[in-house]
Amino acid sequence: MPVVVEVTLKSAALIFVLLTGFAYLSLLERKFIARLQARIGPNRAGPFGLLQPVADGLKLIFKESVTPKGVDKPIYFLAPALVVVPALMLFAVIPVGKGATFQLASDLNVGALYVVGVMSLAVYGIALAGWASNNKYAVLGGLRAAAQMIAYELGMGLSVAAVVLMASSASLADIVAAQYPEQYGGILGWFLFRQPVAAAIFVIAAFAEVARAPFDLVEAEQELTAGFMTEYGGMKFALFFMGEYVKMIAVSALFTTFFLGGWSGPFVNEAPILSVVYFTIKVVVCLLAFIWVRATLPRVRYDKLMDMGWKVLFPVALANVLVTAVLILLGLPGYRL
Amino acid sequence: MNDFLPIFVLLVLASGLVSLVLLISVLFGPRRRARNETKLQPYESGMRPIGPAQRRLPVRFYLIAVLFILFDIEVVFFFPWAVALRELGWAGLLSMLIFIGILEAGHFWLWRRGALEWEKMDK
Repeated sequence: MPVVVEVTLKSAALIFVLLTGFAYLSLLERKFIARLQARIGPNRAGPFGLLQPVADGLKLIFKESVTPKGVDKPIYFLAPALVVVPALMLFAVIPVGKGATFQLASDLNVGALYVVGVMSLAVYGIALAGWASNNKYAVLGGLRAAAQMIAYELGMGLSVAAVVLMASSASLADIVAAQYPEQYGGILGWFLFRQPVAAAIFVIAAFAEVARAPFDLVEAEQELTAGFMTEYGGMKFALFFMGEYVKMIAVSALFTTFFLGGWSGPFVNEAPILSVVYFTIKVVVCLLAFIWVRATLPRVRYDKLMDMGWKVLFPVALANVLVTAVLILLGLPGYRL
Repeated sequence: MNDFLPIFVLLVLASGLVSLVLLISVLFGPRRRARNETKLQPYESGMRPIGPAQRRLPVRFYLIAVLFILFDIEVVFFFPWAVALRELGWAGLLSMLIFIGILEAGHFWLWRRGALEWEKMDK
């Protein structure tokens, strides 16, 4: 089979899985939050509401595509694409299972850098959507989103740099492998335990990057209606929605890869398919944490958010990288490859 | 170049998907004529929009953007250094410390000048 055909098939399968995952993640979120608030959640469309995502999708397809007056048309239509496409492309380098079969761009040795770069591309979509909409809420929402995302990207980049330091490689497959050296028993090798500060920073920055509660100031409905997507309806809105959820899955997958040992688990050598199962389980646990936090924490004030990004997260992440470097050079146990 | 092939393929497929989704809504959605100007008006909580939306913006957003570019380049420089640290040894750490020292001096100066204060920046 020619390489191009194989890669195309794999990419198509990946996109299919992600879209299905996105649809059912939206249902999972509604169900789980409903339970946390002592409600039942959607249960009319199909058994246990399992057809709810289909119903939602069909409803949006049959909505009129309204383009408000005064919008900057090319940018207005391009913006949702600029949010969804980078979110999907993040998965190119993530090893979702053992071996090259389960990693799309398995030969790429700059995976971590690629991840940090592609993740920040979504800022363009959001800022441009806000700017092109000819709506004051949208402009403010877009600006806020851009400022918030770039402030937290520094922290996230540095926490990933600490992981790269530990693994001495920017390839995500090597990072997974580096979490299982001989001298550790099982999960103690996870970077969650060997790089706890980086893990904490990554989590905080991830919430801000995806712009979800408690950092969802981008769409603080009491102040900004729907923020940058105020003027978007129908399938154009669905694309933003899709972008947010796919990015949420991507960030969970990255946290799994960087800090939770990736696809590894017992018996992966005997049955490689188990590795995909372990990876999925870990990602779903991260997603449930995302949803749980949304149901628990109130929204942060904007100036506090910016303060935290620039004055706490960035210096702490920088210090963490330097301390890690010193400990590696001293060759302390736990910091050897 | 072969290393990047999957990324290009994924880019093409993802863009195709997005175009398809936008096309679907045009094909299947109803198209009704706007009977009056209200339908196409930008939403401003039910009021008629006053003035254009793209007006002058607070300068702090530009400041944050410029600072970000500076410090993000710093972060990017960390990656090749992080991959090679075990080979570079203490000399590598020392050079990095000098680099960070210069940048952190700038960061600290900005901090003291109040460039990072979101609320008081207008003064």
